[in-house]
Amino acid sequence: MTRTRLIDPKGWIFLAALAAFCLVVPLLNLGIPEGSGLHLPTYLVSLFGKYLAFALLALSLDLVWGYCGILSLGHGAFFGLGGYAMGMYLMRQIGPRGVYGNPVLPDFMVFLNYKELPWYWLGFDHFAFAALMVLAVPGLLAFVFGWLAFRSRVTGVYLSIITQAMTFALMLAFFRNDMGLGGNNGLTDFKDILGFPVQAQGTRVALFVATGIALALGYLVARFMTVSAYGKILIAVRDAESRTRFLGYRPEHYKTLAFTVSAMMAGVAGALYVPQVGIINPGEFAPTNSIEAVIWVAVGGRGTLVGAALGAVIVNYAKTVLTGALPDAWLFALGALFVVVTLFMPKGIVGTLIERFGSRRARAKLPPEPEIAPKLAEEGQG
Amino acid sequence: MIRILLLLLTLGLSGPALAQSDPYARLASDSYGDIETGIAGLAASGDPRAGAVLAALAEGRLLYRPSDKALFVKQGDGLVEARSGGAATAEGLKPVRANNKIRRALEAAQGQLNLVSTDPGKRREAAEAVFKARDTSALPAVETALAKESDRGIKRLFEQARAALLLAKPGTPEADRLAALPILQARGDGDSIAILRTIAASDPSETVKAAAGRGIQAIETRLAVAAAAQNVWYGVSLGSVLLLAAIGLAITFGVMGIINMAHGEMVMLGAYTTYLVQDAIRAHAPGLFDWSLAISIPCAFLVAGAVGVVIERGIIRFLYGRPLETLLATFGVSLILQQSVRSIFGPTNREVGSPGFMSGAFDLFGLSITWGRMWIVLFSFSVFLGLLFVLRKTAFGLKTRAVTQNRRMAAAMGIRTPWVDAMTFGLGSGIAGIAGVALSQIDNVSPNLGQGYIIDSFLVVVFGGVGNLWGTLVAALTLGVANKLFEPYFGAVLAKIALLIFIILFIQKRPRGLFALKGRAVES
Repeated sequence: MTRTRLIDPKGWIFLAALAAFCLVVPLLNLGIPEGSGLHLPTYLVSLFGKYLAFALLALSLDLVWGYCGILSLGHGAFFGLGGYAMGMYLMRQIGPRGVYGNPVLPDFMVFLNYKELPWYWLGFDHFAFAALMVLAVPGLLAFVFGWLAFRSRVTGVYLSIITQAMTFALMLAFFRNDMGLGGNNGLTDFKDILGFPVQAQGTRVALFVATGIALALGYLVARFMTVSAYGKILIAVRDAESRTRFLGYRPEHYKTLAFTVSAMMAGVAGALYVPQVGIINPGEFAPTNSIEAVIWVAVGGRGTLVGAALGAVIVNYAKTVLTGALPDAWLFALGALFVVVTLFMPKGIVGTLIERFGSRRARAKLPPEPEIAPKLAEEGQG
Repeated sequence: MIRILLLLLTLGLSGPALAQSDPYARLASDSYGDIETGIAGLAASGDPRAGAVLAALAEGRLLYRPSDKALFVKQGDGLVEARSGGAATAEGLKPVRANNKIRRALEAAQGQLNLVSTDPGKRREAAEAVFKARDTSALPAVETALAKESDRGIKRLFEQARAALLLAKPGTPEADRLAALPILQARGDGDSIAILRTIAASDPSETVKAAAGRGIQAIETRLAVAAAAQNVWYGVSLGSVLLLAAIGLAITFGVMGIINMAHGEMVMLGAYTTYLVQDAIRAHAPGLFDWSLAISIPCAFLVAGAVGVVIERGIIRFLYGRPLETLLATFGVSLILQQSVRSIFGPTNREVGSPGFMSGAFDLFGLSITWGRMWIVLFSFSVFLGLLFVLRKTAFGLKTRAVTQNRRMAAAMGIRTPWVDAMTFGLGSGIAGIAGVALSQIDNVSPNLGQGYIIDSFLVVVFGGVGNLWGTLVAALTLGVANKLFEPYFGAVLAKIALLIFIILFIQKRPRGLFALKGRAVES
């Protein structure tokens, strides 16, 4: 068995580009005075930070979809949960500076006549605890959900549909005021993070860089998982689950681990996203959001990691430009993107590039070309 | 002693005794006391002119001549004699005055008059009014009316009113009170319970108290059963909506294995077709409005079906065997369709009217059932049966099943499989369009209409077992009824969440749904 390098050429390109991005953006923002033509406005820094958070989400999705064949239509749930954990920390940092000036309760709780802080808010005063929850809550949900689903061999479309049901249920739950998490309005009006004002230019740049670093780390983790011996089995599960099982492996263990790690990465993405956009609300759990994340991965190239991150940035950049210029056209463009990519670019941008220019070994690692012939697989057994 | 006096007084008010002191003469007075007595007397007299005279008094058209106490009613420009109704001329007339006390007396009197009105609707209303008001002075009038009444339904109402009055009146003999209780118990609504509660709490006799207590219990049990039945009906109604939304998907997803995320948009297209058809009918043939839904059904089927065929030929046929890619592509289609409709019709809700036969409600064993819901339930079951018929009994259905079961063998037998694919997908989409016609009656017709149903529809099909129409039926009704039965306890949102979690767990237990297809084909 040939050892695969942890960081292959396209990985180096990706990491180098990411590092350059994380250097240039702060430089253009902080180093060049306002008014100069080269100055980068702070709002753009946060916007780029948002893209990078989405890229991390896409990366996490690619880990399970590209390497494990789990098409999760509920990754927005993990993203949202991580975001809420961070949001709760940020809410606690507001302290008595809320509109109602209550030293203990956030504004919405005063408004809803809460007498004391619900138990699940305890501990969120501390960043370390919140950071732990950012990983633990999505991770735990994914572990339980995945363990149940994979053990029962729920696969393919069925899995996709129940992940969608999961995020839908969470959305309904978070919309309720009784959840004690801000209901419809979510959590917002943040002031400080780790003692620094969220709105300040320096904080925003720091958050952007932190997101970049998280993305790089996420890439390395995902890469490490997929090139290891574990990753080989994961890919085997993706391509022929029954065969892998008959060879003596337990696919559910492999899948559960990948799903859990992926959910934690999505949680981190959500946690980094929230302070940069300044709000988290139940809309993040909408099934549509999760499906949109899938198209980022598909556009960039499923099963390439780098492609997923790239796809997220490209699609979201296009979204920013198009919704600004032609608001009506965005949904047409997004819809067309779904259709065109699945029909004509099943391997995505990076996958297509590798196919064109990459080494033979790199090509072999891509997910197999899906069957074009109608229902051949079904007939083989039916 | 006082009781006897009261009894005498009421008897005296009711019967012919008062005829001696002529009510007409009493009315022709400027003493409020006299007028009031006159009103009561006139109401009890059974005089056919009483209604007209009292109405005239209420409207200030009743005049009298102080000299000889003759009464006249002003009608238009002329005068008529109050007692006979014949035309008359007279000089020196004064209006009969009214104050608030008089007006109250008038109201009560008119109510009593209605008790013996010739119009059954009025009698019914009057009986209900007496029952609700529980003004014990009306008791004699009710008894008179009861004796005369021939309509069984109204007679029962009178009996109930009489029972309520007997119970409300102090001094009714215990036997009468006991006899009145079962009548109220049989009526068994909220008002009856309220009366029984008062009796159970304050009646001097222990026997009566106990009987009232038993009556309350009986009514409460019945009300609980009725509420449960009502919830089940709501559940069936919701289930039929789910069935309608999911049934097209049962074809495209269940039979063909295509994940059609644009299914909800087919429903939406059907609803917009209904809107357009109604618009055209309003503009060109308003008389046909009651037929607008019937006309919309084939139109919606054709529109949504045609769009479905285009999607199948244009996109899906390249993606057979790649269900997840189909999911993404059709999701893209759904975005495009939504945005197209939004661009054409605007983002706001469109008004779709309901024909006459959809409005109103009827009563079935104490359940209040609206016609609109009733028709939708019936409609969704007939769509279901129709679809079953098409798949089981027609040549087209035979081909569809053949292609689903073994595509290559079917092709070898000379079936044009691509054509069957397109038509089957068109059928599923068309049925979604038909569902849109029905849903336009109960939901907002907006570009987002379909999104609200897509997740539910998939869950219904998956829960019922893919590839099994009966499973879809059972799943839709189960989910609908369960949802509505949970709602009173958890609230609407939590009930929905509970169901979603239930389905997620259920899929773990039976990954292929309630009625799974057996055999090796399921492993693919």
